[in-house]
Amino acid sequence: MLLIDCPHCGPRPELEFRYGGEAHVARPAEPATVDDAQWMAFLYLRSNPKGLHFERWRHMSGCGRFFNCARDTVSDKILKTYPAGQARPSLEALGLAPVDHEVRA
Amino acid sequence: MRETLMDAAPHPSFDEAGLPLTALALGATKLYPAPDLARFVLRVRPEDGARAAAAWGLSLPDALRASTHKDRHVLWQGPDEFLLLALTSEKQEIIDRLQAEMGGKPYSLVDVSHRNQAFLLTGEGAQQLLETGCMLDLDPASFPVGMTTRTLFAKADLTLWRRDTHTFHIELWRSFMPYVMGLLQQSAVAA
Repeated sequence: MLLIDCPHCGPRPELEFRYGGEAHVARPAEPATVDDAQWMAFLYLRSNPKGLHFERWRHMSGCGRFFNCARDTVSDKILKTYPAGQARPSLEALGLAPVDHEVRA
Repeated sequence: MRETLMDAAPHPSFDEAGLPLTALALGATKLYPAPDLARFVLRVRPEDGARAAAAWGLSLPDALRASTHKDRHVLWQGPDEFLLLALTSEKQEIIDRLQAEMGGKPYSLVDVSHRNQAFLLTGEGAQQLLETGCMLDLDPASFPVGMTTRTLFAKADLTLWRRDTHTFHIELWRSFMPYVMGLLQQSAVAA
């Protein structure tokens, strides 16, 4: 069983958590000014990378809070978890060399 | 009344939700139903926590801990979420005090007295019995006295609170009670 490090509760078994999709997807500040293609992209288009992925998780059967997680989708290794609202950590902070990973802006 | 297999054999010492009415022996471990309690879920911004604590009469606990004063208990549930336990006779006073004390600051106080039921597991085998369904390490070194958390027991969400080394207070939604009771009784037999 994976242990996931909840930023509020510490390491907990993965069964207490639910996956919450890609993190750092910002809702347009003025939806009325956005055209259909941009809105469609906000709603449906996700990066789906092979490798480093920033994603949301919820500690459903624990503190109940959403938080963010940097995970390698190839190895399933969780590199870092951090509270929701914090900026995406840099590659250096994750211990990764910039050449290995391309992060979508 | 509709007759089903479940109705056919009601154990006379269990209430309608599945909580035993009297102490139940689970091997060497005893299970005691908790008395009726006033229960509230309090959500409050961290900066207003001190105000809420003043109304409640004891401080809000740190993460994963409970604080207790006489018959009142506060259990940490999340960074801005607390479970308050008190005597049923104090219910209205708690609602009124908090409203007065918060002075218009936003908060939410939800009465969950009848959503939850609770029991105490006590005895030297209590920890081992819980570990049959609970994935956490409940050794006193990593789950010390005074620690509380929501977690899973098999598939049921519940709140564990270690009152002393061999006693746990367990809060859960009443509809989960028959499931948890059944598992505990089976585990006690198997152990």
